[in-house]
Amino acid sequence: MITIDALTKAYDETVVVDHVNLQLPDSGVTSLIGPNGAGKSTLLSMVSRILGADAGSVSVEGVDVFKAPSKQVARKLSILRQDAHTTARITVRELVEFGRYPHSHGRLTADCHAAVAEALTYCDLEDLAERPIHQLSGGQRQRAYVAMVLAQDTRYVLLDEPLNNLDMVHATGLMQLLRRLADEKGKSIVLVLHDVNYASVYSDRIIAMRNGAVVHDGPPEAVITDHALGDVYGMEFSVHTLGGDRIAAYFR
Amino acid sequence: MPPREEHTIVLETEAEPASEPDGARQDYAGGERSGFALTPRQKRVFVTLALLLAASLVLFLTWDVNGHWDFALPRRSEQIVALVIVGLAVSTSTVVFHTLTANRILTPSIMGFDALYVLVATALVFMVGSATVAQIDPLVMFGLNTALMMGCATAIYQWILGSGERGLYTLILVGVVAGTFFTSLTNFMFRTMDPNEFDSLMTTLFASFNAIDTTLLWIGGGLLLAGVVVVFRLVPRLDVLGLGRERAITLGLDYRKTVTWLLLVVALLVSVSTALVGPITFLGLLVANLAYQLTQTHRHSVNLVAAGLVSIIALVAGQAVLEHVLDHNGTLGSIINVVGGLYFIGLLLKEARS
Repeated sequence: MITIDALTKAYDETVVVDHVNLQLPDSGVTSLIGPNGAGKSTLLSMVSRILGADAGSVSVEGVDVFKAPSKQVARKLSILRQDAHTTARITVRELVEFGRYPHSHGRLTADCHAAVAEALTYCDLEDLAERPIHQLSGGQRQRAYVAMVLAQDTRYVLLDEPLNNLDMVHATGLMQLLRRLADEKGKSIVLVLHDVNYASVYSDRIIAMRNGAVVHDGPPEAVITDHALGDVYGMEFSVHTLGGDRIAAYFR
Repeated sequence: MPPREEHTIVLETEAEPASEPDGARQDYAGGERSGFALTPRQKRVFVTLALLLAASLVLFLTWDVNGHWDFALPRRSEQIVALVIVGLAVSTSTVVFHTLTANRILTPSIMGFDALYVLVATALVFMVGSATVAQIDPLVMFGLNTALMMGCATAIYQWILGSGERGLYTLILVGVVAGTFFTSLTNFMFRTMDPNEFDSLMTTLFASFNAIDTTLLWIGGGLLLAGVVVVFRLVPRLDVLGLGRERAITLGLDYRKTVTWLLLVVALLVSVSTALVGPITFLGLLVANLAYQLTQTHRHSVNLVAAGLVSIIALVAGQAVLEHVLDHNGTLGSIINVVGGLYFIGLLLKEARS
């Protein structure tokens, strides 16, 4: 369980995350949705200690992410962000091997090689393993980074807008992969999504944020409704049930 | 999923060699790459560099001796030791600094580290007075300078680099301004200084490739060794840092602590090279980038060694050519700055276009 307690971040006068209290589960897929500037990514960055908080605390299974040694946190929680691409010349396999750093500190053990091989297989990357990552397509590269996080083998996996720049084939492929991770490996996947329908179809729980605060929180049936989505985004939604999924239309 | 089998067949039968990207070939024999395992390409590079190094050492030691071996050899050996120390200090500090700032254009010199060392040395004489300085052992003086420099540089540059989010051009701008500022402060102190103090400062401060400060050779060598040992111990962390600040933190690297250590080492190495031969702005940029192009890897163990070899070869061969072909018409420092400066502008233009 990740416990977020009164977490706050402000830039000058603008409060981006405002006293957020949340408990993230230790399994399943949890999506964070909300308009731009709602504070979703900032919240995720603080939970993963990449960004310092102005007030409040975050603990992962009782370990304070800001105070505990970084190594200890790195064995419990990993994050994948849409940050600048790596300039280093590095192959997919080498990238995935870096995921073992919290466990091995640069000296790969037999366990590490097994974990790397498994992560590559799981993400369908065996054929690409020796390719430099700068030669891959966006979807392949995203899978390589997911494999790295997988090799890190943490219970909690946070992803900040992992579907950015992916076409629908790769976006759906990635969501299926994340769902499998939660179901087969019992991991807790927490991700920021812009597409409410991916959130609706793949999540166990959806947390909606607006202006730095959590405004709706619950299973898709509770959050993917005309009223709740309208409240979060300030526009008209009409939610339909298609083959058992709740799909929101918002194009007109 | 895309039709993966077809793709594999293409790669294996090489039915379409043109479509296969250059680096796609399997360079590694397997997944085992701990320690210092090399790709065939890197092995060729290291063998070539080792041969070039041997050739340039022999050339430097034996060229135009005319039988005066007892005069030439000790003097030239001393020069070589100095060039090796400077070469390694510059290449190591530059490669480390590149990873620290997440780019391959900035070097400690461009960011004003050399200028800061000169400023610290000047300020020390300025404060203490030449009469006192004259009584202090030059080695103690050098130690004092270096310690002060490590403190100042780490504090200042930790602040300048911030949390690692400033862009390349901001850093270049800040570096140029900082360098100019340090130099102006130094010049200001020169002007207000007692002429005797100025004189004593000149003799210690203005070493160059033609006037290497050999009194500092052994202490410089010792400090270099210490710095290089620390860097090689930090190689796994450097590799992780090469993925970028955020990924490094995610992987459990203590970012602040690592950056502080690395800045301390960079300041130490810059102190050593500046004390021996004075500021050399563009050598690091030149040799580090040449090494990256040769090795084509992100691994610091490989890049540090390659950059060190390139650096020593450039200095030793350059000095030999300068002394015997150009007959001392010019200095190695100015040649390096012309070549390196052009390369720097080229890199900037390339960066601006991409």
